[in-house]
Amino acid sequence: MDEIDDLIGELGRIGLRYGDAPPEVLPTRPDVTIVRAGSVVVKAHAPGAEREPLELRMRAVRHPALRGILLEPVTEEVAEVCGRLVTVWPTGVPVDHDDPDSAPWEASARLLARLHAVPAGALPPLPAAGGPARVGKTVSRLDGGSAAGRVVLRAFDSLAPFLPGPGRDPGAGPGPRNGAGLLAHGDWHMGQMVRLHGEWIILDTDDLGVGDPAWDLSRPAAWFAAGLLEPAVWHRFLAAYRAEGGCAVPMDGEPWERLEIPAQAMTVQLAAAAVAAAERAGRGLDEVEGVLIDTCQRIVQFRSACHSVPTQ
Amino acid sequence: MQCPKCRGNMRTYERNGVHIDQCDGCRGIFLDYGELETLTRMESQWSQQHAAPPPPPPPPAHGAPPPAWGAPAPHYGGHYGHHRQRSWVGMLFST
Repeated sequence: MDEIDDLIGELGRIGLRYGDAPPEVLPTRPDVTIVRAGSVVVKAHAPGAEREPLELRMRAVRHPALRGILLEPVTEEVAEVCGRLVTVWPTGVPVDHDDPDSAPWEASARLLARLHAVPAGALPPLPAAGGPARVGKTVSRLDGGSAAGRVVLRAFDSLAPFLPGPGRDPGAGPGPRNGAGLLAHGDWHMGQMVRLHGEWIILDTDDLGVGDPAWDLSRPAAWFAAGLLEPAVWHRFLAAYRAEGGCAVPMDGEPWERLEIPAQAMTVQLAAAAVAAAERAGRGLDEVEGVLIDTCQRIVQFRSACHSVPTQ
Repeated sequence: MQCPKCRGNMRTYERNGVHIDQCDGCRGIFLDYGELETLTRMESQWSQQHAAPPPPPPPPAHGAPPPAWGAPAPHYGGHYGHHRQRSWVGMLFST
């Protein structure tokens, strides 16, 4: 516990240097620590985060082309505290977790469309965007000891040829890759939206990079396909993305040629995370988690049907 | 032939093979045996041939359907009531 207390104490001191209120710890994912000091938050990145890609991303995110789209850090500097990389950001107002219906789907879609339109070549050099690589990483935490876990592993195996892996280029595989090589956030979800000075903005540059922007739509696409996200909400999101000129999907008609692999892979990732969380907590899957497993089962059937179609 | 109702004079017309007797006085019409059935049959043939094409199916209320591997239609919509479930909210807001 000492180490985390030391870390929190030091983050608080950094917070006081830039901020204007007594530091407090904000709830976040277990491998990240965030301390708020009024108008700034100080973030200790996950253990093992690499300095060089983070520095590249911190530099790129301050480029004027991204102003109003991605949250800019208070300082470009990446500090190191207790072996962790630390960055400082303005405090935004997140979406109310108790009121998911208030989530800004259209505003998010418009910002993602604008982000995807920024030419990656106009920015300082960036690493590959996150997304595809996280699927395998999340699945690798499963031991396949449960029936649900085995379904997830089978679904992952059916998708493996489309995902980066040993001996494969990122984005390799037979799927359509029209979007490869564009700017992408790399880890977009509703927790990445905050309101700053009255405007919604996307935060978190940890996975910003060059890749296929369709992955930024993969979570809502997966939720809609699984039957978890209301169709009306998905279509509002998709329509707003298209109206803003979003390039990850065709302007009209079927979006699934581009979304299929990212959405299926995201379903597998979410299902893997759900199974792992349930096993850690020693509980069964709840209904939402069960829906993800059912969807993985259908992905297995779908991919084996694709596979068995004779190609001449 | 005299009109059975007003005793006026009835005139015979032929319309598409059907004999129609109409009274000059009260305009009433008299049909021979089987002619009502013949008219009904012709009417139904006419409406089959001239009926307007069936209207196109209405667009789905919420746009395009999910992909083939998505939730099957009969269960579709069944999960939205669980929006307050912790796992759904957690998934919505976290990596």
